[in-house]
Amino acid sequence: MTDVDTGLLASVLRRAAERGATAADGFLVEDTSFSASVRLGQVDTVTHSREQRLSIRVFAGRASAAASTSDLSRSSLERVVDEATALARVTAEDPYAGLPDPAELIDRVPDLALEDREAGEPAPEEKIEIARRAEAAALAVDPRITNSEGAEYFDRRARYAYATSAGFARGYATSSYGITVTPVASQNGEMQRDAWYTTARRRRALEDAEAVGRTAAARALRRLGARKVKTAEVPVIFDPDTAASLVRAIAGAASGPSLYRRASFLLDRLGTRVAAPAVTIVDDGCLEAALGSRPFDGEGLATRRTAVVQEGVLASYLLDTYSARKLGLASTHHASRDGTGVGVGTTNLMLLPGSDTPEALIRSVKRGLYVTDLIGFGVNGVTGDYSRGAAGLWIDDGELAYPVEEVTVAGNLLEMLDRVEGIGNDLVLRDRTASPTLKIARMVVAGN
Amino acid sequence: MSELDRTRPETFFSNRFNVTPASMEQLLGDTLARRVDDADIYLEYRVNEELVLEENVVKKASRHVSQGAGVRAQAGARTGYAHTDDISIRNLGDAARQARAIADRAGQSGTLALGGRGRPHDLYGLAEPPIVTELARKLELLRKVDAACRATDPRVKQVIVSLASEEIVMLIATASGWTVGDVRPLTRLNVTAIAEEGARREIGTFGGGGRVSFDFYLEAQRWKRFASEAARQAALKLSAVDAPAGTMTVVLGPGWPGILLHEAIGHGLEGDFNRKGVSAFAGRIGQKVASELVTVVDDGTIANRRGSLNVDDEGTPTGRTVLIENGLLRGYLQDRLNARLMGMAPTGNGRRESFAYPPLPRMTNTFMLAGQDDPADIISSVDRGLYAVSFGGGQVDITNGKFVFSASEAYLIENGRVTRPVKGATLIGNGPDALTRVSRVGHDLALDEGIGTCGKDGQSVPVGVGLPTIRLDEMTIGGTAV
Repeated sequence: MTDVDTGLLASVLRRAAERGATAADGFLVEDTSFSASVRLGQVDTVTHSREQRLSIRVFAGRASAAASTSDLSRSSLERVVDEATALARVTAEDPYAGLPDPAELIDRVPDLALEDREAGEPAPEEKIEIARRAEAAALAVDPRITNSEGAEYFDRRARYAYATSAGFARGYATSSYGITVTPVASQNGEMQRDAWYTTARRRRALEDAEAVGRTAAARALRRLGARKVKTAEVPVIFDPDTAASLVRAIAGAASGPSLYRRASFLLDRLGTRVAAPAVTIVDDGCLEAALGSRPFDGEGLATRRTAVVQEGVLASYLLDTYSARKLGLASTHHASRDGTGVGVGTTNLMLLPGSDTPEALIRSVKRGLYVTDLIGFGVNGVTGDYSRGAAGLWIDDGELAYPVEEVTVAGNLLEMLDRVEGIGNDLVLRDRTASPTLKIARMVVAGN
Repeated sequence: MSELDRTRPETFFSNRFNVTPASMEQLLGDTLARRVDDADIYLEYRVNEELVLEENVVKKASRHVSQGAGVRAQAGARTGYAHTDDISIRNLGDAARQARAIADRAGQSGTLALGGRGRPHDLYGLAEPPIVTELARKLELLRKVDAACRATDPRVKQVIVSLASEEIVMLIATASGWTVGDVRPLTRLNVTAIAEEGARREIGTFGGGGRVSFDFYLEAQRWKRFASEAARQAALKLSAVDAPAGTMTVVLGPGWPGILLHEAIGHGLEGDFNRKGVSAFAGRIGQKVASELVTVVDDGTIANRRGSLNVDDEGTPTGRTVLIENGLLRGYLQDRLNARLMGMAPTGNGRRESFAYPPLPRMTNTFMLAGQDDPADIISSVDRGLYAVSFGGGQVDITNGKFVFSASEAYLIENGRVTRPVKGATLIGNGPDALTRVSRVGHDLALDEGIGTCGKDGQSVPVGVGLPTIRLDEMTIGGTAV
């Protein structure tokens, strides 16, 4: 593992103590990234970036405050510490505030293979060529692929360090790579765009650039000729990508801050059935080389596997130290530092697969909607009420019949979970959140 | 930010980082001029402060400092961008060479883009910017908002109040020899109320702000209105019935429902999408895209508004751009790159989230001009429909034109009268066609309270919207009541 310099953090935490802080912790992120986009074969935008951010949390007894800076000069760091300690003196005492028990902090940081160590960093020209090949493959699929929003290649290397005023200091390093292609298909004056991507911790684990381009093109092409459908209550099948967004919404409602604010449809549901028995949702931060993995959370606690929903029963919330104490529970090691504070974040979040093939799920529907794209923000985390714009394909007699657009799908997340009638066998962890194909027995599709 | 010299950005960056307009211009000249079509160096220093009250006390306080520089070089349609959060002439030189590599990879026309010059506006010079107002006053306000919200309705069980204050100092030097800076204050007060009754629980949110001083919240007891509106909205939803599903007439109230314009047409008229021909509005200038009752403008020059800017993030003074005039499509929103490539003039809409991103064409304050109708008449003209007065977020697919926006406070209209509140529902439509369905426009144009944030390509920027009461014939409403 690449060494991460924790000396800077340690000196910042020392200054906080000198300024009267009773405890403090800090997180340092440094990253370097590159991205190149190509459009219609020509280079569009090439970006090089280097960023760093140091964030600290200081406690004055049971009161706390946070601060961060991207200016790591001595004078700036001193100012940030002084401001944070001053802020901590004006905030209210909170009996639940504080650092985790030092005995629970991670001891040995496991190597989760989060960093690509292969030698031979390609030159920018080679990276641009990857994007160019991906887009060219999309453009070559069909004459109806007439335009493109481009293809992008990116890579990023980051180092993270966490330290506490009690002397704890650990770090780790990661890398990530990705290719995205967004072609435009057109026919008879209608234009449709869609996208496909691959992303991975190691460059060699990326899907073939040309295959990504071909998939993107196929996705744009299958939207051509889309129409609205009549308003009806029908079975709805979410493809893996759109189903993953449902899983994210459930995790949001299971997160500590939503719960202690009483702003969650999963409030007071721990240990009760919240979904069909076939539904199991886990968050696993220890998977080797996975995009959501990290050896420890934003408070130095070792990541692990947490079953959020186990066979339909709400088995665990997702908690950091603060929200856990407020709820009278133990942290589930889901603290996240986003550079501005401490919150709750998932790692690799998955709805576990069932036994049906996606084709069998589609065949099981007489009349219904297969959803491939969702837009808008119509998810109410307090009530679970759900209403979003959708596009996809109409299912007629068990077959994908024609593309659909300009409709909404609506229901309530608790009802939708209860009405899960089929789970695909097609789970692939291709991003931080993943789901197999998911069939909901009925939802309201609004159109004409 | 007491240490911050806010008199002039030039002085600020020169004192703090020893980077002067002269050294930036020299860098542009030495490294970039004659090799690219356009280039600029953008310096930014930002301080954010956030105070959050929950469970009756202020427990969260944070302060964040960001600084950095972005160097951009353009040749043809190609952009090289490099940024660093360590501002020094040496780092800027490295970034400039990285950005320039884009131009070295292909031939270049060797002509520099011009334009962008003009006097910056003076839209938000404040005697006391919100970031410097003393904490004690801010904390007291949060406590008063909390108490007022709870006092509005006994069913309010949880109140979260946040006050965010920000100041950005920016300085941009362009290859055409134009250096301009801006100091941008911004503040927002947000109130969230959770009301409970039996097993039912609902959320209401309200807020506002702008490029204004802290006293803005005290004027006419604005804070109290924000507090009671959040409580009222949460309590109201406790008795809301399922929203209808399907097509019906929709009346949008004034102000924030202007998000319709932002999604239905605003994004589709951004220059980049039209240059690339991927917008549903591409090539449609001069065509009818709305009812003749509809005139829509984007105006970045309104004093103290959240979406306003003295100059955009490329140094071009903001303007007032007519997007739709009496139903006809008139103009696009342009940054320098897309304006140059389309042979049009920049409109002062080149914006970026921070130094870490190259600018894109973005909206500022987008609104529809007032019409003639009395709002009450508009409602009474509808037999059966939806009256929506507040919204959450929206989104658009600019290529097929489909857009959504989600109502957070809406009512049924039955026999010309506003009746029962309905649960939140997403409205969906088609951008090039939605505004052709506008059949009535009220005389009550209002801009929103100052809460909007727009996302594009992973970049968030503050924006404003506005609308008079309007009637839209036949919109699809995504409720659950079939």
